[in-house]
Amino acid sequence: MSGNPFDWIALAEYSAIGLLSGGLLALIALGFVLIYKGTGVINFAMGEFMMLGAYFFYTTNVMWRLPTLLALVATLAAVALVAALIERTVLRPLAGQPVISVLMATIGLASALHGGVDAVWGGANLEMPALLPRKPFTVGEILVPGQVVWSFVLAATIITAFTLYFRFSKTGVAMRAAASDPITAYVLGIDVRRTQALTWIFAGMVGAVAGIVVASMTSLSPALGGAALGVLAVIILGGLDSIAGAIVAGLIVGLIESLTAGYLGGKVRDIVPYVTVLVILLVRPYGLFGTRQIERL
Amino acid sequence: MRIGDFRASYAHDESLWPTRVQRAWLGVLAVALIALPFGANGYQVSLACMLGIHVIAAAGLNIMTGYTGLISLGHAAFMGVGCYTAAWFAQRGVPFFLTLPLAGAMAALLGLLVGLPSLRIKGLYLAVATLATQFVLVYVFREWDSVTGGVRGVNVPNASLFGFELLNDQRMYFLIAPVAVALLVAARNLFRTRVGRAFIAIRDKDISAEVLGIDLLRYKLAAFAIGSFYAGVAGALLGYFYRAMTPEYFTLQLSIFYLAAIIVGGLGSMLGTLLGAVFMTLVPELLRGIVASIAQWAPSATEILSPVQQVVFGLLIVGFLVFEPHGLLEIWRRVRRTFHLWPFRA
Repeated sequence: MSGNPFDWIALAEYSAIGLLSGGLLALIALGFVLIYKGTGVINFAMGEFMMLGAYFFYTTNVMWRLPTLLALVATLAAVALVAALIERTVLRPLAGQPVISVLMATIGLASALHGGVDAVWGGANLEMPALLPRKPFTVGEILVPGQVVWSFVLAATIITAFTLYFRFSKTGVAMRAAASDPITAYVLGIDVRRTQALTWIFAGMVGAVAGIVVASMTSLSPALGGAALGVLAVIILGGLDSIAGAIVAGLIVGLIESLTAGYLGGKVRDIVPYVTVLVILLVRPYGLFGTRQIERL
Repeated sequence: MRIGDFRASYAHDESLWPTRVQRAWLGVLAVALIALPFGANGYQVSLACMLGIHVIAAAGLNIMTGYTGLISLGHAAFMGVGCYTAAWFAQRGVPFFLTLPLAGAMAALLGLLVGLPSLRIKGLYLAVATLATQFVLVYVFREWDSVTGGVRGVNVPNASLFGFELLNDQRMYFLIAPVAVALLVAARNLFRTRVGRAFIAIRDKDISAEVLGIDLLRYKLAAFAIGSFYAGVAGALLGYFYRAMTPEYFTLQLSIFYLAAIIVGGLGSMLGTLLGAVFMTLVPELLRGIVASIAQWAPSATEILSPVQQVVFGLLIVGFLVFEPHGLLEIWRRVRRTFHLWPFRA
C-alpha cells in the first residue's frame, strides 16, 4: 500500500464491516442489559448462554437432523428452561445480597456451565451449518460478506422487536415497571418474581440466538463463550441500563475492532474493547448513556 | 465447657490471640509447619508451597475485596506484574530478599494507578474496569518480549541466600512458608490499626466513612496498593517456585480462583482466607485423585477431569453463596462453638 494514495475503499469496507458486525455485539449486549435492567445483576454467564444455545442447536439440527426452524424452537425452549431454572435456584435466593455475591454467583454459573458443555460435547471444534446466506453485497467497489449483513439485519429485527414489546405489550410494560422500582411495582399488583424470571428467559433466548449466529459464522467450540466478555466492555461503554446505549456502543466497538484489525493486526483487536472501556470509565464513570447513580445515606 | 472470655487489661483485650488455648494451638501449628517438609513426600511439599502462594495472594485480595469492598477481577494480572518484576531483577543478580519487596512495590504502584478510578466507579463498574485491566496487562505480558519473554515466557534464576541455593521444593518451602506467615500476621494486624478500620468503614458505607473524616481517595488507593503488593509478592514467589513463567498462567481464571477462595473461605477474615485458599487448592487435587482411581477401570475418565473440576469449582462458588454465604469460616465457628459448649447444644 505504501506510496499509493490513502486507500479510501479499504477504509470504507472496514467501516462497513465493523458497523454491521457491531449489530451482533449489540444483540449480545441486549442480553446483558435486559438482565441488568430487570434484576440489577451483571450476568457473567451470558457467554455460556450463547454457548449453550449453539450446542443445543448443533445437537438438534446436526445430530438429530431436525429441520432448522424446529431445531431453533427446541433450542430456544431448552435455553429458556435452563435460564428459568438458574433464576429460580440461584439468583432468587441471592436477591438483596451484596453486589459481589451475585456477581460471583454468575461467575460460578459460567464456570459450571462451561465445564458441563465441555464434559458433554467435548472440547473439539464442531462444524455448524451456515444459516445465513453467504452471497456478498457490493455497493460500488465496497464488498461486504453476506453473513455480516444478514446477522446485522437479524440483530436489528430482534432488538426492534424487544423495544416494541417493552413499549406496547402489557407484560413488557410490567417488566419495565418492575425494573425501575420493584417495590412500587409489587404494591401495584405486578408479579415481580414472574417478570424477573421472564427477564432471565428473554436474556437467555437472546444469548442463544446470538450464540447460534456467531457459531454458524465461525465454528463451534467451548471458547465461544469467551466472546461475551468483550461485549461486557460494550455494555459499560453504553451504560449498564440503556438499550439505546447498548446499540450505539455495539456499533462503535464493532467499528473500532474492525479498523484496528484492519490496520494494526488481529492481536491488538482483542484488547481494543478493554482499552476503550478503561478510557471511557476515566472520563465518564457511568458510561456514555448510563444513569448517574445518586447515593444517599 | 468454656463459659467466658475474661479480659482483665487493655493489653490483653488488644492482643492478637487472647487465650492460652489459642496460643497453644498456634504453637502446634508452628511445629507442624516446620516439620512438614521433613515428613512429607515431594508432591505434598510442592502442594504446600502452592498453598502458601495462594494464601498470600488470596490475603491480598481479601484486603481489597473482603475488607474494603473493592471488587477486583484483575488480581492474577498483578501477580504477573510481581512475577515479571522479580524475574527481571533476579536475572540481573539481585537477591530474592530484595526482589520480593521490589515485586510487591511494582505491583502496588500499578495498583495505585488502577485504583485511581475506583474513587468514582464502584461495584459492578469497578469489577468491569479491573476485568479490563486484567486483559490489558496479560496482553502486555504477551507482547512486551524484551522484558516478559512474550508467549515463550521468562526464566527465573534460583533464589539463593549467601550461596545457599533454593534449588528444590523443600528449600523453597522455607522461603514461602515464613513469608506467608509474616504477611498473614501483618494483614491481621493491619485491621487493628487506624488504616485497617478505615478500610472496613469504607466497605460498610463509603459515604458515611467520608462524612466521618476518612479520606476516601487515600484509603481506597491504599487498599489497592496493599492488596496488589501481596499479589506482587505472591507472583514473585510463584516465579521462583516454577523457575519459568508464561503469560498463560495469569489468566482471568486465576483471578476468579482467588475471588472464589475468599468467598468460600469468608470475606473480611484472615482465617477465612486461609481456610478458603487451602480448601480451593485441595478440592481439585482431591478430584484428580478420585478420577485417577476411576481411570483404572475406565481410562476415558481422565478426559473429563478438567471439565469436571470446572463444574465442581462453579458449583462450589454458587453453593456456598446460596447456602453458606459467610463461608467456611462460619462452619468453623459453628463447629468450635459446639465443642466449647458441649455437652449443651450451641
